[in-house]
Parts: sequence; structure tokens; C-alpha cells
Amino acid sequence: MKSIQELEAIRKKTMDNVNQRTDRTTTRIVVGMATCGIAAGARPVLLSILDEVKKLGLNDVSVVQTGCIGVCRLEPIVEVIRPGEEKVTYIKMDAEKAKRIVAEHVAEGKIVDEYVMHVVDGKVVNDYTVQRDL
Amino acid sequence: MREISLHLIDIIQNSVSAKATLIVIGIEIDTIEDYIKITITDDGCGMDDDTLKKVKDPFVTSRKTRRVGLGLSLFESACERCDGYLEVYSKKGKGTEVIAYMKFSHIDREPIGNIQDTIISALLNDNVNIVYNHRYNEKSFEFDSRQIKDIVGDDLSNPEILDWIKEYIAENIQNIDGGAF
Repeated sequence: MKSIQELEAIRKKTMDNVNQRTDRTTTRIVVGMATCGIAAGARPVLLSILDEVKKLGLNDVSVVQTGCIGVCRLEPIVEVIRPGEEKVTYIKMDAEKAKRIVAEHVAEGKIVDEYVMHVVDGKVVNDYTVQRDL
Repeated sequence: MREISLHLIDIIQNSVSAKATLIVIGIEIDTIEDYIKITITDDGCGMDDDTLKKVKDPFVTSRKTRRVGLGLSLFESACERCDGYLEVYSKKGKGTEVIAYMKFSHIDREPIGNIQDTIISALLNDNVNIVYNHRYNEKSFEFDSRQIKDIVGDDLSNPEILDWIKEYIAENIQNIDGGAF
């Protein structure tokens, strides 16, 4: 059974980490959590991102929620903004895909191309798949 | 929506957009009178009477990205198909209260779902406190994020703290009603 005393111990242990997070060099992971996102499964995506951030011990990452991003049919949507880089929008997320994004893009800086929203001639090509180089 | 907890998080997001700092959530299950009552009360910016009249209309929304707003409409239809109803009270500048009733034993009633995940998601918003009351017949449990913040400080986004809260809520709900609803 969880006890309040445990919380005290966690606080002592993590005090330093919390303080580090006030600077603005953090990577932001934004999850769309409006009706459209939630219905499409944004909550497990959000929680699996948190899990993976914890598992990899990433300290300089903030996971935040936002409202409707505007392309409801492509939800769940996750945006990754690394300091000094352009925003990358990932679409049709699920818990497993989200984990890959944290491990590859957030932790190592390699964009996961298959899940990125691609816009061609002003239209979203959402069934985009990566073709192998021949 | 597949679970009541998903409707809940949707309504909570409304409260967050309304700049609420305290959101009080209640789930009350009475198996003798056979109802489940869900309440969400916030101290956000509230609505004027005109907006309040139209609030359950799916073609009314305050968001700018598109013209439909389905959150409350979906929740209302989930209640109505279980012989229940949804009520919204609001005062401009004071806050908003959403009350949902469903017949507990109705075959179409959605499962309550994962409440702890919903509360965790809500707590990730800055400057938001959540009070959660869970009542099952005569047994009840209350979670108050302000008590947690008194101990660990205002930033709850630390994964270990979130994990603790998640398990704490899950265990307590489990103790009350077996968590099987």
C-alpha cells in the first residue's frame, strides 16, 4: 500500500532534478488532448510518453498537453519541439509508436520519418509510407 | 468514447481552458438506488446565460480551429442512452458544474475506466489542483492534489511522483469497490 512517507522520500531524491528544469533548453513534447484526440486514444499515448521518458531517464524534457490542433482525422497527434530545431508533427499515434518517438527523436535526435505528417501541394498525405531506396 | 474516464478528461480539459485552478471531481455509485452520478465542478471563468443555453449543442464551441464541439454532446448522449441525463450549471466569473446521471445497471453504461490515468493527465497542466471523490455505497475515498503539493512542491511532473499518485489512487479505488466497474 502506498504511504505518504514514500512521497517525502521521493521529494528528497528528486529535488535536484526538479530545479534543473527551469531553464529553457528543454525539449517539448506536446500531445493534442481535445475531444478528437481523447476519442482517438491520446491518453494512452500521453502516458506511454511519460513512461518512456522515465525509463530512459530524460531530465530535460517537458511533456505538455494542448487542445485541438485542427486536423482531427489524424489524431492522436504528438508534436516534438527540440530547442533550436523546427517543430515536427507526428500523426495517428499509438502507445508503441509514441515510445519510438521518445527513444529515437527526443533522446537521439533522429526524426521517425514514417509517422511524420507530410503535406504535399497543401494537402496532408496521411497514408504516407517510406519507400525503400533502391 | 469508450469509458466514463475519457468523458471526464474531456470535460476537465474544458475546465483547464477556462483557467480553472481547482477542479473537484466526484463519482458516486449507489447500487441500491441503482445510479451513478458524476460531477465536475471548477472555479474557471464560467459562461454567460446565452452560452449556457447553447452549450450542449454540438455546433456550438468556443474553439477557433473548427465549428463543432462534441465533448458535452457526447457525454450527454452517453447519459441519455442509460436512462440518465446531463446538467450544466455556470456563472460568469464563478465557475461551472457538470452533473451526469446514469442508471448504474444499464446494459449500455460505459465502464468507469481508468480514473487514475485521467487524474494524472489532468495534473500535468500547470497550476491545476484536482480533488477526486469516489463513493461506492457507504464507502468512500478522497484524493486531493493540494496535499501532495504541500509535501513535494508545485511541480508534479516528475515521473516518480506521478507513478506514486497513479498507484495510490488505483489501490484506494480497488479497496472500495474492487475496481471492476
